[in-house]
Amino acid sequence: MDRPKVVEYSKPLCVEDYPCGAFKAGHLVQDNAGWRVFRPVIDQQKCVRCLRCFLVCPDGAIDKSGDRLEIDYGFCKGCGVCAYECKLGAITMVREGDETDAGL
Amino acid sequence: MATNARELTNTEFLYGHRACAGCGGSLALRLAMKVLGPRTFVAIPANCMSAVSFLYPQISFTTNAMISPFPATGAVLSGIEAGARALGFKDYSVVGFAGDGGTADIGIQALSGAIDRGDRVIYVCYDNEAYMNTGIQKSGLTPFGSRTTTSPAGRNIPGAAGRKKDMFEIVAAHGIEYAATASIGYLEDFLKKIGKAARCRTTSYIHVLSPCATGWGFPVEQTVEMGKEAVDCGLWVLAEYEDEEFVLNRKPKEFSCVGDYLKKQARFKHLKEKEVEFITANRDKKWEKILKNWKA
Ligand SMILES: Cc1ncc(C[n+]2csc(CCOP(=O)(O)OP(=O)(O)O)c2C)c(N)n1
Ligand code: SF4
Repeated sequence: MDRPKVVEYSKPLCVEDYPCGAFKAGHLVQDNAGWRVFRPVIDQQKCVRCLRCFLVCPDGAIDKSGDRLEIDYGFCKGCGVCAYECKLGAITMVREGDETDAGL
Repeated sequence: MATNARELTNTEFLYGHRACAGCGGSLALRLAMKVLGPRTFVAIPANCMSAVSFLYPQISFTTNAMISPFPATGAVLSGIEAGARALGFKDYSVVGFAGDGGTADIGIQALSGAIDRGDRVIYVCYDNEAYMNTGIQKSGLTPFGSRTTTSPAGRNIPGAAGRKKDMFEIVAAHGIEYAATASIGYLEDFLKKIGKAARCRTTSYIHVLSPCATGWGFPVEQTVEMGKEAVDCGLWVLAEYEDEEFVLNRKPKEFSCVGDYLKKQARFKHLKEKEVEFITANRDKKWEKILKNWKA
């Protein structure tokens, strides 16, 4: 998985604690995982690595650097565009908390 | 430069943004950044994309990026370009991402100025057809019949009463080096056009239709599909302006049904048969002109 990571950030308690001045680009302090109701799960048996899901993801949460496509669940919002666009139906949207997602 | 998923870099230059799930605008920006690469300076005026990418202390762009005043995208791009040149930088891109309001209404003067000066900048208008970030108000690019908070649909008025400004032709009328329309429904075409813009020596303009589930009212997973259907039914045209000529990129053999496209969206749900016919007739008039005057 080659995706930007969240850096440690302690919530400021008073005004002086707030960081100010120049920021490094790509500064992530919080993920988006909590937005998700349904989680996309890739069936690696069905996937032919056509990269359609990688292309259409508005969040760039699908990583293609390894042998298998991997989803960064820290930043996937569960929009379902990948599952809708996959022509082979290799991606299923599974309700969060549901234990039946064997693909994980 | 990458023109398909296989060639695109795996590296993300816009990551962790807070756009709505399935946001078309964020997909357009993400892919444009992947084509342009790490040596890209970005300016974004007030709009959804700046609101969701610069949430203190979080910054979702991994390259140099800043928020410009709402009307000033074109001017700020010129300034960045002049600065980069003065510092002797080589092999870089300067890109702006403005919404439809930020382009066709409040930002049109600064854009016109930048094209007039011929500065080597790329101006991308991601068009979600209303002022979305402030809660769906009508812009100069909101199409006829669309319901927004400032063009409500009632007994006497069927939503937005005006017509959508033709920004592509307005920009082309400047004699710009390169301008193109695109849609997130046809992503390879969009990637190719961003690549072409990056190779220009002067100003270039890309107008990309970017469906917004929140403002248009359709299921979030269908963002890319909506962008495709808009093209397939002929309401959105894929074209380029190059060497002072208009070129049509895609001519559907047969248009899909305009009514089907409209009725999938809450913003058009109220439209009556008569209005759908009016929209269809306007589409046909436009296409007649295009087929007569543009290169196919
Ligand atoms: C001078 C000025 N006027 C008004 C605003 C308020 N404002 C912030 S974002 C926005 C809407 C932008 O709409 P658009 O350019 O279409 O982009 P979208 O939000 O739809 O992506 C407005 C009106 C502002 N920031 N600055
Ligand atoms: S309101 Fe629309 S354009 Fe704005 S972030 Fe949400 S989906 Fe994207």
